[in-house]
Amino acid sequence: MVIYGVALLSFCMIAGVFFGELIGYLIGVDANVGGIGIAMLLLIFIANKNSKNLKIDNITKSGINFWNAMYIPIVVAMAAKQNVLAAISGGWMAITAGVLVVILSFLAIPFLYKFVKTKES
Amino acid sequence: MIEILVNTLIDNSIITAFLFVGVVTYLSYWISKNLTAGIIHGSAIAITLGLILAYAGGLYEGGTRGLADIPIFAGVGILGGAMFRDFAIVATAFGVDLKNLKEAGMIGALSIVLGVILSFFIGAVVAVLFGYTDPVSITTIGAGAATYIVGPVTGTALSASADVIALSIAVGLIKSILVMIITPFVAPFIKLNNPHTAMIFGGLMGTTSGVAGGLAATDPKLVPYGAMTATFYTGAGCLMAPSVLYLIINLMF
Repeated sequence: MVIYGVALLSFCMIAGVFFGELIGYLIGVDANVGGIGIAMLLLIFIANKNSKNLKIDNITKSGINFWNAMYIPIVVAMAAKQNVLAAISGGWMAITAGVLVVILSFLAIPFLYKFVKTKES
Repeated sequence: MIEILVNTLIDNSIITAFLFVGVVTYLSYWISKNLTAGIIHGSAIAITLGLILAYAGGLYEGGTRGLADIPIFAGVGILGGAMFRDFAIVATAFGVDLKNLKEAGMIGALSIVLGVILSFFIGAVVAVLFGYTDPVSITTIGAGAATYIVGPVTGTALSASADVIALSIAVGLIKSILVMIITPFVAPFIKLNNPHTAMIFGGLMGTTSGVAGGLAATDPKLVPYGAMTATFYTGAGCLMAPSVLYLIINLMF
């Protein structure tokens, strides 16, 4: 049933966010540490287990795939609720820092990738 | 009549948001096809349009949640809020190849730590160039250059002034918005077309919203890989900025 897929997704998210909060609490950080990442790993793990004893049928899958397909629309809504005004009114310092961070981080991506590739070979 | 319509839209806020996003998406794909000959992807236009509307909403209503502060668009704030965003991000993990993830696991972790350090020091250097001399302000602004959550968390932990905390949020917001807009254009030059690079990208940028928006407009298949590392970044930043990184700044000033 479709709800099984949605419920499985919800279970993974709640479990992941819970562990993220727990890790944050244990290391004394006031933030969720990787909760969504843990939730994703949990879902991947369950989906890969699927073939053996636990069967996720196509209708159940459609409950997950619907939310997968809703990803871009949700991102569009997310863009529409950003505090763009505050970002721009942060002044030149905020703009300079933001622009430099983005440019230099983009430039660092190929370097890091090459570094990994040469280490592997 | 108008009042009844407005009330209907407000009372069914999330449904109004579905309709709103559907209309924005339709318009964006129309613009993509007819005005850019398909060169600029429809999702990239939709996200940019969303940001422009958010700016307009901020001007009109003066709130902090862009378009979502206008009552009839309140549902956009819920649909685009962290809860649904994270739910959809988790859903993208369905169908991820475990092999790719294992191969890139180490580099993903490495890129998160490097990403926090790189962003932090760029932010700190800019703060110094703009005349900040006290370690707490420099650290807070550096933390804001990581993400707009790391900034205020660090600032609060170190009791930075409200102005500096606001500034650190602004730096993080600029970063997140820029990543959303320019990623699809930069992607071909940095070979952002495979799971490995996507994980490095997520780890170096770290802003979940920026990475989520940027990859959506580049190649939705890469979303889970970038999001995976990005979701660990804020936690790593909140851990490192008020502790190790603050100590380093404190030694220098």
